[in-house]
Amino acid sequence: MSYEPKVVAFLCNWCSYAGADLAGVGRLQYPPNVRVVRVPCSGRINPLFIFSALRNGADGILTSGCHPGDCHYVSGNYVARRKFALLKSMLNYMGVEEDRVNFTWVSAAEGGRFADVVSKVSERVKEIGPPKGVFKKAD
Amino acid sequence: MQNLSKVIQDTAKKLLEEKKVDLVVGFAQGSLPLRSTPYFARTVDQAANLIWDEYCENNLTNYLRKREEKVAVVAKGCDTRSIVALMKENQIDREKLYIIGVPCQGMIDRKKASKLVGGEILEAEINGEEITLKGNGFEQKAPKAELYYDTCIRCAYGNPVIYDELVGEEVAAKELSFAEVEEFEAKSAEERASFLAQEMEKCIRCYACRNACPTCYCPECFVDTSSPQWISKRAYSAKDNLIFQGVRVFHQLGRCADCGACERACPMGIKLSLLTRKGVKDVKETFGYEAGLNPDDKPVLNDFTPDDPQPFLMKE
Ligand code: SF4
Ligand code: SF4
Ligand code: SF4
Repeated sequence: MSYEPKVVAFLCNWCSYAGADLAGVGRLQYPPNVRVVRVPCSGRINPLFIFSALRNGADGILTSGCHPGDCHYVSGNYVARRKFALLKSMLNYMGVEEDRVNFTWVSAAEGGRFADVVSKVSERVKEIGPPKGVFKKAD
Repeated sequence: MQNLSKVIQDTAKKLLEEKKVDLVVGFAQGSLPLRSTPYFARTVDQAANLIWDEYCENNLTNYLRKREEKVAVVAKGCDTRSIVALMKENQIDREKLYIIGVPCQGMIDRKKASKLVGGEILEAEINGEEITLKGNGFEQKAPKAELYYDTCIRCAYGNPVIYDELVGEEVAAKELSFAEVEEFEAKSAEERASFLAQEMEKCIRCYACRNACPTCYCPECFVDTSSPQWISKRAYSAKDNLIFQGVRVFHQLGRCADCGACERACPMGIKLSLLTRKGVKDVKETFGYEAGLNPDDKPVLNDFTPDDPQPFLMKE
């Protein structure tokens, strides 16, 4: 059986989740590897969520919120952005591959782009294979 | 150092006598060589027990949060940076704190000293820049600078950043270095992951690291919650232990004074500074921010600008 990675996607309610919805309404095809967790805002994404997803068997992570400047709560994604920069660097430092944990911004109008992003993330995670290093499965 | 002890004692006595403070937090002679112990002086008599030497390694800011009484503290550079960080978080009321600042060249690492002599040290004596280590059947001299903690050698902030009174002479400026972090960054992802896994396998989850840190004071830590239970309460899984450390370090971003108290507290000798200092370095390089230097700025993760860098975005 071919390897089908599980990608956990943290999507903010107002933009990225709506973007995913739009992709569905438009019947755009994208790989079924993502499992969506809807959060109120990208600012709600605690780094612990990402560690926890990796710990519990996620092969990849996608985190997406409104484009900077478009946050429903004005500054949620600005605050998130600082955390994400430091988190990504720390994860890489711990040996988590560049393509395993992904961050982007998708607006409610970008259904096509959402499908695109999901395809790319699934493809790349498939390429690097199941987690290695500290977060490798089985223990 | 002898005379610094004297100055600290006199200052403490005066503060207590004049009722300017109810308590002086400092150091006293420890029961083991190379070890001074945190000490609480509440009376003039007790103030005579205060000392200052190269073994005053604890970050005393840990004892200053939410104090009702008026307190004086004997503080090195890193302690004062923690004080500043806690002032911003309303954990320390500057009005009720008297800071006796002591410039610091570095504290002596007991493990380095034991390694050097290869036996149990029963007595240590410092003469100027030289330390003499004595034990059963040996007596060895060494330059004390060679025995400083790594965190001290790489620290650029030995001089207190704030104080009400400075005791001793300011130390010469040193350059901040992240050499060990850079070396680790240069290794392959597999090497880094396997080194950290090895380190984390040693962890017994005693939480001494968390307790030694002045800026780790949550009434309920994420590792202790049971609903949700983020990670196992047991120490068996290197993954869980790494999540504990990863998130602990994350909670310290822009707050960690780079004092090394967590690493020194670890009974298993885990190289925690490899993680904490990565955080300190990233915060400095990405946002030009250093914790605890300026009482008036906003902590780095409480702040943002519309054009913050976004190096983390995936390539599309
Ligand atoms: S002090 Fe060391 S052994 Fe104890 S919890 Fe911290 S890292 Fe683990
Ligand atoms: S995380 Fe460690 S180095 Fe940083 S302030 Fe706390 S005890 Fe000091
Ligand atoms: S590790 Fe985090 S949650 Fe736990 S006490 Fe420290 S700052 Fe608080």
